[in-house]
Amino acid sequence: MTFFILRRIGLGLVILLIVALLLFGMMHMIPGDPTVVALGPRSTPEMREAFRQLMGLDRPIFEQLGLFLGRLSQGNLGEDVWSRRPVLTMILEVLPYTVTLAVASFIWAVALGIVLGCAAVVHHGRWPDWLIGVLSVGLVAVPSFVVSLYSLLIFAVTLNWLPAIGAGEPGDIMGQARALILPSFAIGLGWVGYVSRIVRAAMIEAMGEAYVRTLRSFGVPERKIIYRYALKQAFLAVLSVIAIGFGGLLTGSVFAEIVFSRPGLGKMTYDAVISRNYPVVMGTVLMTSGLYVTCMIIADVVTAFLDPRVRSAL
Amino acid sequence: MALAAPDITTRAASAEPGRIFRITSTLRQVVSTPLGTIGCALVALIVLTALFAPWIAPYSPTAISVKERLADPSWSHLLGTDQLGRDLFSRVILGTRTAMTVALVSLAVALAAALPLGLIAGYGPRWLDAGLILVFDSLSSLPMIMFALATVVLLGAGLSTVILVIVIYSVPSYARLIRTQTLSIKARDFIKAEQAMNAGLGRILFVHLLPNVIGPLLILACLDLSTIITLEAGLSFLGLGVKPQIPSWGNILSDGFAVIRTTPLPVIAGGLPLILATIGFTFFGEALRDALDPKLARESRP
Repeated sequence: MTFFILRRIGLGLVILLIVALLLFGMMHMIPGDPTVVALGPRSTPEMREAFRQLMGLDRPIFEQLGLFLGRLSQGNLGEDVWSRRPVLTMILEVLPYTVTLAVASFIWAVALGIVLGCAAVVHHGRWPDWLIGVLSVGLVAVPSFVVSLYSLLIFAVTLNWLPAIGAGEPGDIMGQARALILPSFAIGLGWVGYVSRIVRAAMIEAMGEAYVRTLRSFGVPERKIIYRYALKQAFLAVLSVIAIGFGGLLTGSVFAEIVFSRPGLGKMTYDAVISRNYPVVMGTVLMTSGLYVTCMIIADVVTAFLDPRVRSAL
Repeated sequence: MALAAPDITTRAASAEPGRIFRITSTLRQVVSTPLGTIGCALVALIVLTALFAPWIAPYSPTAISVKERLADPSWSHLLGTDQLGRDLFSRVILGTRTAMTVALVSLAVALAAALPLGLIAGYGPRWLDAGLILVFDSLSSLPMIMFALATVVLLGAGLSTVILVIVIYSVPSYARLIRTQTLSIKARDFIKAEQAMNAGLGRILFVHLLPNVIGPLLILACLDLSTIITLEAGLSFLGLGVKPQIPSWGNILSDGFAVIRTTPLPVIAGGLPLILATIGFTFFGEALRDALDPKLARESRP
């Protein structure tokens, strides 16, 4: 088990290294002065000088790379060339907003997904099952930023039920929660389809197992079998989706944060792209990749730990 | 068994009519499911609209008319106009063509790049395989929209950047699929027989491996089309995709978002075709996969 965890962490670190190399390499592969490539033609000489210093651009390329990786290994993501603030500090300021958003979307996805999945199992083989099947595939396909725009249009602009912009005033918990509802719904809705399909498949598989047959023969009511025994199997399956899902939720938050103008990692990256602030973009991309990889490792380990079949194989 | 008959004809008759027969029977199977029926109808609608777009659209999608800014729907402007007085209906119709062109071009480039990579990984030495898999894994663990944003900073917004991002996003999954197929076929007896008869690498790769890989690859590509269309529209919506004057669903949404408090129409008009297209291609791809290869269900990307 320890070996398994260590190997997953090792793999995660290698992946992060490759991402860092990619970010570093892209800057140099594009022809032209790297400072102009990274900061745009309208950047001031002072900003270019700051970036040159940060990356050590007048040194040989391998020394630059060593400098860059050494800096990263100390958790130093560099400096914003505009405000001269450390990128890590800027990220840590907005990260709670994005994580809250991701957790809220995740709650939407799991809650709605389990309801739909259970409904499909209860009506297995009849038209509601069929309808939920089509709906699930449809929900997966619909782009989350269109859901963001449409829900903004319906619930914020037309009906005026929920706030259209911002994340609520600090200290105002109710206001913050209200500001969270629409963006998290928009991100979560796309994952409802996955969750419901997985819940349905896992429960139907569980319903065919020998112990369910035994329960039936003992006269345990069908509903109790579905909600108490089969659903337990489904939770495990849902967990493995979270592995890939949580990183995806973070990605989906980019659009939701821009549409609802919420502070967060995605909004920060977007603003940095518009102002051509490559050091900040490098920092946020590395940070999201790190979060993504971490979620994947945790989910892998938890899945392995919970599933005795996988655990014994380790 | 509906499938048994065409298989026999393929073997008995010459290859061509048999193949056509099999394609029609697969299509019939796709249409027979509810997902497939809806998918086929939507895909046909989208493809026909894209093909005949210039003849359907009543106005030029870039013609600016300051007098008719944000006009309500009427018989002369079916969906009204946007803030520059451009006819929304014409922009939506021509946007279909933009979406399909970007999707098909980037798909073709991605497939062309993934084929050799996947074949090398599957057929080549183990260290090369391990290295390539690691690179594929890293690329797919990179949140794609983040990577797209980083590329846009360096290369600038534009059509070629969009295509590049889509290609880099798609290549790992295709290459991995080709690799898996190659690995499973590599161990079969007919390949061993070819090797025993001293067949060249090229012959094994192109005569034996390639035809076996194409089918699953097309299914994956079809399922991917909706993701690709979404990525293009998403980047254009952020103002980082195709140029603002080009009619694209993302651009219509972006323009509409700016005036969302004045009129809901541009946002609705830009979003609806996007939803129909993504749902259409996903349904069609799912139905096609179920008809051709139920095993592939586990391989698809969530």
